[in-house]
Amino acid sequence: MSTLSLTSAFTLLLKRDLVLAYRRRAELVNPLLFFVLVTAMFPLGIGNDPKLIQAVGPGVIWVAALLAALLSLDTMFRSDFDDGTLEQFMLSAHPISVLVLAKILAHWMITGLPLFIAAPLLAMMLNVPTDAIPTLMLTLVLGTPVLSLIGSVGVALTVGLRRGGVILSLLVLPLYVPVLIFATDAVKTSIVGIPTSAQISILAAMLVGSLVLAPLATAASLRISLS
Amino acid sequence: MGSPRYFYNVAGKMIPWFAISFLLTLIAGIYYGLFVAPPDYQQGESYRIMYIHVPAAWMSMFIYMVMAAAGLISLVWRIKITEITIISSASVGASFTFLALVTGSLWGKPMWGTWWVWDARLTSELLLLFLYLGIIALYSAIEDKRVAARAISILALVGVVNIPIIHYSVEWWNTLHQTSSVTMTGKQAMSTSMLIPLLLMGISFKLYYGAVVLMRARAEVLERDRNTRWVRELVEGEMK
Repeated sequence: MSTLSLTSAFTLLLKRDLVLAYRRRAELVNPLLFFVLVTAMFPLGIGNDPKLIQAVGPGVIWVAALLAALLSLDTMFRSDFDDGTLEQFMLSAHPISVLVLAKILAHWMITGLPLFIAAPLLAMMLNVPTDAIPTLMLTLVLGTPVLSLIGSVGVALTVGLRRGGVILSLLVLPLYVPVLIFATDAVKTSIVGIPTSAQISILAAMLVGSLVLAPLATAASLRISLS
Repeated sequence: MGSPRYFYNVAGKMIPWFAISFLLTLIAGIYYGLFVAPPDYQQGESYRIMYIHVPAAWMSMFIYMVMAAAGLISLVWRIKITEITIISSASVGASFTFLALVTGSLWGKPMWGTWWVWDARLTSELLLLFLYLGIIALYSAIEDKRVAARAISILALVGVVNIPIIHYSVEWWNTLHQTSSVTMTGKQAMSTSMLIPLLLMGISFKLYYGAVVLMRARAEVLERDRNTRWVRELVEGEMK
């Protein structure tokens, strides 16, 4: 075991998390179901005027994605914390930030990717023009990993708390706002037909920035939560 | 300097100086702001709320930066006093942020005709309030206060990403809110007679923060060290 390289540790951990998620398929569907349900509530709440629905469509999809990500965050470290796996991570010879990155990636593939696949369907239901759907997909593929990355810091800080749920949303939602603003702005701009490279670049920058910084902060937070 | 006992004594000596200079600058600032400064040619008398609103908004960002810096220091060097500074600053910062929001809303009604607009700056200030509340909530949720202090250090550092967004949001989105009128360099957009009371109030608010944060930190030091000898001696000395 001592000869296990960092890359194989990373892939093993990723595989393990994916297999564990696949074994609990009912839980796997929950965030997606939540995403669709929240989105479907909005037209019922604001009325069926197609123009109005189109105007709020991108925002609704993104807010629903935000809430779905928030809802699923707690599962990222919960079971590993309860059964002591996290403490074994701390003892491992590999940098914790890399191991954490594997868990974040697994979490995104379990919760973020399904949203990305379901989004075009929901966009159709909310009258988002077909021309704007590629932009929506692009914002989702750049933005939802940022949600998982930033969220991992919040989860790592609250994983040891008995009632961490409400605090987690208080910690994480304000940090999600820049993603929300730029992503919905990109979709709205593309509906009007103006190029969106500026917003997309900023989203990509946020992804790169959080990819570098968030695992470090998460690793440090986990160490504090386990002390 | 790191020793809690030394800090307790030095802070106790510093508080009166902060408090007195706060009161002097406050009186001077309010007098100049309300009676000496001329009314604005567009906004009339109602602009004078600026003398509370702008310094409060400055403080809301300044205190967060202090907390982030203290967070970095306590994570790297594990200094007790900086850990205490973070949580002692948090509620003061939250109050200033709330004050900036309330006065902004009161100012917005006569100027824009509405209490609240979803302008970038107001929204960011609201988010800053949430960041402060998150720090306070996380600190109170963790039982072991040394662990809690390290947790909020990280949170303050993560949240500091939000500060530049607040600051540059004016340039990025620039909607209803007027752009910043005070700049370090270049031509001032404000007349000197209006600027002097604003700066006086800015200094006054900072001194207030200095006095309050030292008082809170002293109380926190006493609570954390309640089982040590020097605190017992101190309390017994008071009892006599």
